Amino acid sequence: METPLTQNIGPGKLPLNLQEYRAAGGYRAAHKALLEMESKDILQLLQDANLRGRGGAGFPTGMKWSFVPMYKDREERPKYLVINADEMEPGTFKDRLLMEGDPHQLIEGIIISAYTLQAEVAYIFIRGEYQRSADLLNQAITECKAQGLLGTNIMHSRFNLDIFVHTSAGRYICGEETALLNSLEGKRATPRAKPPFPQVSGLWGRPTVVNNVETICNVPHIVNKGAAWYKSLSLTEDAGTKIFGVSGRVRNPGAWELPMGTPVREIIENYAGGMQDGYKLRGFLPGGGSTNFLTQEHLDLHMDYTSIGKAGSRLGTGTMIILDDKTCPVGMVRNLEHFFAQESCGWCTPCRDGLPWVEHILTEFEHGRGEIEDMEVLTRHTHLLGPGNTFCAHAPGAMGPLESALRYFREDFEAHIHSKSCPWTGIRGSHK
Amino acid sequence: MEKITALSADEIAEITAEASHYEQPQAASIEALKIVQKYRGWVSDESVKAVAQLLNMSPAELDGVATFYNLIFRRPVGKHVIMLCDSVSCWIMGCEGVGAQLRNKLGIEFGETTADGQFTLLPVTCQGACDRAPVMLVDGELETHLDEDKITAILANQK
Repeated sequence: METPLTQNIGPGKLPLNLQEYRAAGGYRAAHKALLEMESKDILQLLQDANLRGRGGAGFPTGMKWSFVPMYKDREERPKYLVINADEMEPGTFKDRLLMEGDPHQLIEGIIISAYTLQAEVAYIFIRGEYQRSADLLNQAITECKAQGLLGTNIMHSRFNLDIFVHTSAGRYICGEETALLNSLEGKRATPRAKPPFPQVSGLWGRPTVVNNVETICNVPHIVNKGAAWYKSLSLTEDAGTKIFGVSGRVRNPGAWELPMGTPVREIIENYAGGMQDGYKLRGFLPGGGSTNFLTQEHLDLHMDYTSIGKAGSRLGTGTMIILDDKTCPVGMVRNLEHFFAQESCGWCTPCRDGLPWVEHILTEFEHGRGEIEDMEVLTRHTHLLGPGNTFCAHAPGAMGPLESALRYFREDFEAHIHSKSCPWTGIRGSHK
Repeated sequence: MEKITALSADEIAEITAEASHYEQPQAASIEALKIVQKYRGWVSDESVKAVAQLLNMSPAELDGVATFYNLIFRRPVGKHVIMLCDSVSCWIMGCEGVGAQLRNKLGIEFGETTADGQFTLLPVTCQGACDRAPVMLVDGELETHLDEDKITAILANQK
């Protein structure tokens, strides 16, 4: 089994410096791309490889890039490449692994991607808490500048590129690409209306591409080994490998690079070591806090965009969170809705006012004060805050776990109402 | 331009260097607030005014940024800032119990600072270390696999 993204990463292993990364075959793809390939050839290669965005939405990367205007004279107007390293989806810990484990891989991916897009400045937008990742990336950038891999006339290709690490200060909404652009411009991180899409009018109104860390880390390997090889890594139609993760009450929580389409059961049992003694699996969020619950009946699904999508959820970030039988499903959803309510940017009314109300009702359930009518109110919110009714995808994402929990764990909600208490914590209702 | 006296020469130099990375200096606003916070522990009204002037923004606009982000402190904090993750994986793995221990040992609630000014306790969202839950940040350093013994040891080390 090939693991291109993590080939240089291992437990307790320090990240490779420039010399070591080169000795391991690093920057050959950048050399090939900048000196032997035209921009349009690389774009075609990514489209042939069927690389899809690893940030959560799964949008085809080649198609995203194809909307960027290409100029005959590259002096015409600046363009930007922005790397979304604002990993804040609850339960997600994959980009940290890539940045702390092999920072030069990301830098090489940025060089090739920026060359393809004719962008001469790239920003790595990284969450403020990932200080170690930021330090390692800055160190890698300094090494590259000293060796002519960044700056002007990179590898004598006449291509110029500067990369800057931009550290943020903690808001989930910055992961939304247009909110990220406002944040990067030094404004409050409220999303922007689309269209215009960032590829046409992004950072300071310039054509801008925003891609996730893991997506860009794939690029050098595709350039080195080709589209057919990349597709052959996967077990299913969606190409490549994927960093999958598992957290919750399993024996060996962690993250592993596996073929795209690896069955859920194999990831949980073979890699995460199965459930801890005394715990049974009741459900799981397949790809972070904003994905819909799936249950035991879905354990044989392939973890890829298509299969998980067909089952009514999303692959998301590919890092699963396990709900066990000793954890209250209502409490888990309450925890998630607390997060989404707090992280709403406040720009549009349904999200700003609806999410705290949802959290409030779930808190009432947890205190044994839920009423049968509340089930209807919660269900109505999954529509009111659903796709098409809010300015961005934040609230619809928040409704994913709620809508699916109401479906799969309905008896647990009702048990709170009938017993006037939380069956897991034993907290009983007291009327206000 | 009026001379900015509320910022040190080092702060001005670092902020100016960050601002040079962008088409518009305003893009350095988060970095600038973090630089001030690095030197002073928090961001005062005077600092907001001075940074805004340096970045060619109105103080209100910069304060809009400062108050939007969780890691910018607009009030003084203790010598050590403890941020406990309260997101879903840490919650499943028992962060509420850890939070109760921290509140108990420190004698403060979330959002408060101990009377001796040593510790501020805050909740924080998912830290991307869910495989090592429950986790917290102590002055930005990640502490993982928290339990009562570990909390006792960490607090003793910080004194």
